[in-house]
Amino acid sequence: MTEQVEILEVRPSAWQRMRDSHLWHSFVTDRVAQLSLLVFVAFALMALLAPLLAPFNPYDPAQIDILNSELPPSWEEGGDPAFWLGTDAQGRDLWSTILYGTRISLTIGLCAVALQAALGIVIGLLAGYFGGRIDSLLMRFADVQLSFSTMMVAIVVLAVFQATFGTELYQKLAMLMLILVIGIAEWPQYARTIRASVLAEKRKEYVDAARVIGLRPARIMFRHILPNTLSPILVISTVQVANAIISEASLSFLGLGMPVSQPSLGSLISSGFEYIFSGAWWITVIPGGVLIALVLVMNLLGDWLRDVLNPKLYKG
Amino acid sequence: MTTTVPTTVKTAAESLVQIEDLYKRFSISGDFLEQIKLRGGKLVREQEHVHAINGVTLDVRKGEALCVVGESGCGKSTVARTVMGLLSPSGGSISYQGKRIDNLSDRQLMPYRRKMQMIFQNPYASLNPRMTIAQTLEEPVRFHNPKVSIAEVRDKVSEVMQSVGIDPTWGKRYAHEFSGGQRQRISIARALAVDPEFIVADEPISALDVSIQAQVLNLMMDAQESRNLTYLFITHDLAVVEHFGTRVAVMYLGSLCELAPTKALFATPRHPYTQALLSAIPRLETGRPAHIKLKGEVPTPVNLPSGCVFHGRCPHANERCKREIPQLIATDEGGQVACHAVEEGRI
Repeated sequence: MTEQVEILEVRPSAWQRMRDSHLWHSFVTDRVAQLSLLVFVAFALMALLAPLLAPFNPYDPAQIDILNSELPPSWEEGGDPAFWLGTDAQGRDLWSTILYGTRISLTIGLCAVALQAALGIVIGLLAGYFGGRIDSLLMRFADVQLSFSTMMVAIVVLAVFQATFGTELYQKLAMLMLILVIGIAEWPQYARTIRASVLAEKRKEYVDAARVIGLRPARIMFRHILPNTLSPILVISTVQVANAIISEASLSFLGLGMPVSQPSLGSLISSGFEYIFSGAWWITVIPGGVLIALVLVMNLLGDWLRDVLNPKLYKG
Repeated sequence: MTTTVPTTVKTAAESLVQIEDLYKRFSISGDFLEQIKLRGGKLVREQEHVHAINGVTLDVRKGEALCVVGESGCGKSTVARTVMGLLSPSGGSISYQGKRIDNLSDRQLMPYRRKMQMIFQNPYASLNPRMTIAQTLEEPVRFHNPKVSIAEVRDKVSEVMQSVGIDPTWGKRYAHEFSGGQRQRISIARALAVDPEFIVADEPISALDVSIQAQVLNLMMDAQESRNLTYLFITHDLAVVEHFGTRVAVMYLGSLCELAPTKALFATPRHPYTQALLSAIPRLETGRPAHIKLKGEVPTPVNLPSGCVFHGRCPHANERCKREIPQLIATDEGGQVACHAVEEGRI
């Protein structure tokens, strides 16, 4: 008898609790979510292990031979088995370049979203919690920011930077600049979502209880309100990473992104574009397919999360 | 025999919290741009307010349970929230043991935060869903006693948990794993964790099952006895008041109608509104006085009636009631009532 009681009193482990959760249940029954996560994990691993997986180092000029340029994939006529996806215009192995490019694209996407989230969460919390004039001021800033399209801001900033400080410095700082520009241009997405959640949460009595205890506003905002607004943050984060990757690819395609020496997926697509009519389709099409797959699985995951965490569809 | 009591005379020795001529208005006309209207070719700024509290004067005596009753929207919750500093008053003052607290900064208010705690109405919203019970209860203790060791904090928390009948080993659970009654007891434990002297309870049992209500009420009474607490108890349940209250304050439309010791109020209600309110309690005994039916509805708190706020529905109202706001006067039963008819001896 006592043993039984003890067994009942044992707290379920984190793994067990996760297996009992609605999130897990919905994941197990949703094929699209499973496949998307699988593909995304594959991409993440490819990006992480790029130096180990890639047969060549595309950043090392010693391993690049211009005579190997524009070789088709190995299954095509004239292909070289050493380069199974062919080579680009500079003779770099396309497979290795795609691996490294995915790494750069994902890094920029994740870092830009981290910056967006940091800015957006702080501004959204302040606006929602304090309300009144602070709220009006911050939300008007957000409106102004939203009235410029991200691409326009990015193009202007990057072009001006490139023109002012020269291409050489720009190429050195390209990644940082892309992260900063994409990160700063999109914070209102987060700020607005967080503010809406904070407005709903701050009316609940647990916030009053925290105020009655005498806790400082910062502590109430970050310790009490923020954890309760995590679901919308999670949902927009997945979609925003996909958006940031697309923005980076678009900028690179326009020649304002990553330099040719350190190609991301976007600059790879752009570099192959000139050769697409001379028959070298693989330089553009293969990285393009990779980019589409990456963004698609992230959007599918985001859709799934949004459905699962939507309190109107499921109360938990 | 009735005499007017000037509000400055206070039983200072036993009075713990003094609410003095309290007003609270809420603007309902939006921001500045929405307030500007065109009237007869002129731009004018118009503001409309909900008058939630209109000149309430109350003092809570040490060791008592002062119940505030009234129907929905009469401002009783607003009184509670204003006393706790969750809302700032539009006029009047709130003092704790003679020291004014409504105009203090957060930092200056800190010593009073330990002494005054609050229990909320909805046990499903008053506990943070992302925190375990132990975290919820440890937070106030740690915050108010930063020098105390973790072991001592845990001891304190398990002591309060035990005192409200919650097993301390359940501390790792989240709020949603408990029933409504258990959550409300946890809520009470959170209030008790900092050893307060004064607790404001804002309808703490109205969201609970009837079977659980008595349990929680008894728990609060036990805590009052063992910890020497003073309650300001907001409720609309007259049966609870009869069981729990030392004194009762009856509110109508943001004003105090009557304040009397519980027994006196239930035996001889003086204010016409209190009489109507008490006659609405269903009773089994025969020969009870007939149910007094009031005419009309509660007027809107946006445009308050002139004079006595109750005059439009009062069976005893006369011309004076429409003009003049009645002041609280002492009654023979030891209470106070704000009514011209009582003052003039008409009822």
